[in-house]
Amino acid sequence: MRLPDKTCGLEEAIARIPDGATIMVGGFGVPGTPFSLIRELVRQGQRGLTIIKNDANERGLGIDHLLAKGQVARLVTTHIGLNPRAVEMMNAGELEVEFNAQGILAERVRAGGAGLAAILTDIGLETELANGKQRVEIGGRTALVETALRADVALIHADRSDVFGNLGYVATARNFNPLMAMAADLVIAEAEKVLPVGGLLPDAVQTPGPFVDHVVGLPALSEEYAVVRR
Amino acid sequence: MVARAAREIAPGMVVNLGIGLPTQVVDHLPGDFPVCLHTENGLSGIGPTLPPEAADRNLIDAGGAYVSTIPGSAFFDSAVSFAMVRSGRLDLTMLGAFEVAQTGDLANWKIPGRFSPGAGGGIELAQKARRVVVLTSHTDRAGNPKLKAVCSLPVTARGCVARVFTDMAVIDVGPDGFALRELAEGVGLAEVTEATGAPLACPEGVIPRF
Repeated sequence: MRLPDKTCGLEEAIARIPDGATIMVGGFGVPGTPFSLIRELVRQGQRGLTIIKNDANERGLGIDHLLAKGQVARLVTTHIGLNPRAVEMMNAGELEVEFNAQGILAERVRAGGAGLAAILTDIGLETELANGKQRVEIGGRTALVETALRADVALIHADRSDVFGNLGYVATARNFNPLMAMAADLVIAEAEKVLPVGGLLPDAVQTPGPFVDHVVGLPALSEEYAVVRR
Repeated sequence: MVARAAREIAPGMVVNLGIGLPTQVVDHLPGDFPVCLHTENGLSGIGPTLPPEAADRNLIDAGGAYVSTIPGSAFFDSAVSFAMVRSGRLDLTMLGAFEVAQTGDLANWKIPGRFSPGAGGGIELAQKARRVVVLTSHTDRAGNPKLKAVCSLPVTARGCVARVFTDMAVIDVGPDGFALRELAEGVGLAEVTEATGAPLACPEGVIPRF
C-alpha cells in the first residue's frame, strides 16, 4: 500500500474557495500565518468572506491585505489591537467583528474539529462576552454554552509536510494551526518543506494527514515571513 | 514599583506576565531564579528577549516580542496553552489595569467608544490564575484614581485581583476592600489616600517603604 500524494499548485488550491466562504486562518502574529495562501486569496479576489483568526495581523501583513481589498465581511477573533485598519473598519461599521476569549476560541475550534456541538465554560460569564449566549446549570454552577466552530476552508502554515499531508510545526508558529487543521471541510496547508512519504517519522507528525486535503509547497518565503522590525 | 513587583514571584512558580509594565518584571529577576514563565501563544520556559538580528522569526511572546527558549522549554498549541491557564496551573499572573474595584473587579480590556481591540487571553488569565496581581499607575493621565469603589468600564473578571502595585503604594484587595501595605519612597499617606477612589485601610505603626 502507498499513501496518496496531495500536493497541489497554489492557484488551483485557492481556486476551490467560493465567494462567501467561512475560512479559518492559522497564526498568532507573524508565526504560523499562511501568508502565501492569503496572498493568492487576495489575488483571486473572493468576496464576502468570514475569517476566523486569532488576530488581524498588522498593517501590510497577512489578512490586512484581505481587509484592505474589502474581501472580508465578518471577522471572528480575539484581539485586533495591532491592526489599526481592522479597528477603524469595525468602528465604521465596514467589518463585523465577533470577539472571543482566546482559549475559548481555541476550544470552539477544537470542538468543531472533534465533531462536538459545543463546549461549556464559566469563562467570561460576568462580562459582556456572555451577552446573548445560552446558559446551563451543571452541578449547581452556571456555564455558558459556547458553540463549536467549523469552517468551509482552513488555511494552515506548517514548517514541514509530507506529500500525504502529515504536518509538523515549529516553535510558536504552532498556535491555532493544528486545531484549525481539524475543523474545516477543505484543509489547505502550505509547507516550507515538502517531503516524500516517510520523510516525517510517525511520532513526529503533529497533524495527521487524513485531516489535510491539499499540500502547497513554498519554493521561497516572502518578506512577510521575516522578523518584523518595529 | 516594577522591582518591588518582581519580589512577588516565589521560586518554583509558573507565571504569566501581561503586556506592558508586567513584562518588565522579568528584568528584575536574578538570571538563575527558578521560575517558569508562560506565554499564551504556546511557550512555557520563556528565555531572554532578543534583538531583531538575533531573533527567530517563529518565536515570539503574546505581545509580539522576539523571545528565546531555555533548557526545559516546551511549545504547545493554543488549546493546550489555555488548558494550562483554566485548570489552575498558573500560580501567578501580573496584569495591567484601567480600573480596579475594591471588590477585586478588574477592567483592563475595553473603553467603550475609544479602545476596543478585544481581550485576547486576558479574561482567562484574570479569571483562572491562582493569584492575580495588577501593576498600574495609581491614577490615569488626567489624575483620576484607577482604584475605585466600582469599575465604570466593562469588567474583565469579577473579584479576581489580590494585590495592586502602583507608583505610590502596594495595596491588598481583600473582603474589606483596599488595605495599604507599603508606600513608595517619598510618598505620603495623605497623598495616596487622596489618590485612591475608595476607602483605604491603613496599618498601625510604621508603613514599610519600597
